[in-house]
Amino acid sequence: MIYALCFVLILIGLYGVLVRRNIVKIIISLLVIEYGIHLFLVLQSYRPNGVPPIVEPGTEAAVWMQQSVDPLPQALVLTSIVIGLGVLALMVALSIRLYERYETFDISKIRKLKG
Amino acid sequence: MNQPRSSEGMSMIVKTVCGWMKAFILLYGIHIILYGHLTPGGGFAGGVIAASAFVLIVLAEGKTVGLKTFSRKAASTWDSVGVLVFLVMAGLGLVLVGTFFVNFWVTDESAHFTLFSSGIIPVCNIGIGLKVCSSLYLVFVVLTAMHFALNSNSKGEQP
Amino acid sequence: MTEILVALILLMIIGALVAIETSNLLYSVISIGAVGFLLSIVFLFLAAPDLAITQMAVEVITLVILLRAIAGSDREAVSDHRSILGTVVTLAMVLILAGFSVRMFADPDFPKFGQPVMDRFEDAPSNKYLRDGLEETGAANIVTAVLLDFRAYDTLGEATVLFCAVVGALSILRRKTKKHPDEPDEEKES
Repeated sequence: MIYALCFVLILIGLYGVLVRRNIVKIIISLLVIEYGIHLFLVLQSYRPNGVPPIVEPGTEAAVWMQQSVDPLPQALVLTSIVIGLGVLALMVALSIRLYERYETFDISKIRKLKG
Repeated sequence: MNQPRSSEGMSMIVKTVCGWMKAFILLYGIHIILYGHLTPGGGFAGGVIAASAFVLIVLAEGKTVGLKTFSRKAASTWDSVGVLVFLVMAGLGLVLVGTFFVNFWVTDESAHFTLFSSGIIPVCNIGIGLKVCSSLYLVFVVLTAMHFALNSNSKGEQP
Repeated sequence: MTEILVALILLMIIGALVAIETSNLLYSVISIGAVGFLLSIVFLFLAAPDLAITQMAVEVITLVILLRAIAGSDREAVSDHRSILGTVVTLAMVLILAGFSVRMFADPDFPKFGQPVMDRFEDAPSNKYLRDGLEETGAANIVTAVLLDFRAYDTLGEATVLFCAVVGALSILRRKTKKHPDEPDEEKES
């Protein structure tokens, strides 16, 4: 089932966040969790042989309602993608600062040094 | 092959090709912003594409030429202008009609599927497009093109 | 159609595993770029063209920013050793979550794939958006109409969050001068 595969993607990302010690790997795992969640939301809106929710001149209402996919999860995911980019920029800024300060990306070493 | 005398930016082939491409990328981004209520796209997608045009200029031509094209102060100003356009359209809904964010400008049947239809939606798209483009360009410039304590050149390793 | 989607999502899972497990940081950045572009293709198959355009453009900028993050450092993640206890506990947690999710997906009341919410309930909001979208807003693109007219507060919140994230990133990377790399530390601490 497709939802199970999507959930496997989210769990892989979660495993990466918890186990990895390198900050860049943690950021990449957070990106994988984000992709999995966006995929899950858009999968909720699909209808077999569906058309995108864009009206063309000359369609009537009943046929349109049977054919088109759900526009609401797509609108939610659209803002979420761009917010994800902003948050990624913030995380990378933090990691660059940490690398300058401690000269390593390893979070166990960053915990041990006193500032 | 050896770098040219101005060692900023990339080689001459890359600079020439990017000189042709940057106008098309920016134009495509503006098209997606403006036609956001008719074709797929909208403010967010168009803003990111327009930001990538400016990112291309900084990557290909180097830091000084890129910052002369679109300086940090100008990017910060356009960022605020974009958010202000969006907020002013929302506030005009309050002033003119009485509800905070209502679409007070909807035209009638005859203007469907044309560029100047659907009220405040194109204006809000332009505001959001400006904001997203300037924000992402500003973040990219500050992340990559400033001096750091550990690196010797300004952009790190060449990709 | 479902087979194509299953194949693409399997490729995404393989790419994500490669991105997380490999020890060279450059390889993992390239793999995460591949996962993002595959997601854009999956969006196109799921009849969401706005999302496909946005995801592709955002993925390009993501790759550039991530390459900047690893550019100043050594490419091999040398100190990525793992502790056995942490890995075992995490794997146990992940397997328990997977077990619960299998139970949830096997429940007959869980909605099947291919049946959106607006099919199951008559008073779902998407029915109203699709039926009255063109007359009430005048926009042909119903997703834009939902984003900027029916649910404009969400867009206002999104603009605010993006603004705050960018201001935060800029204030973290603020520098005093370019000639003294030791001084910004005291300035940041205060």
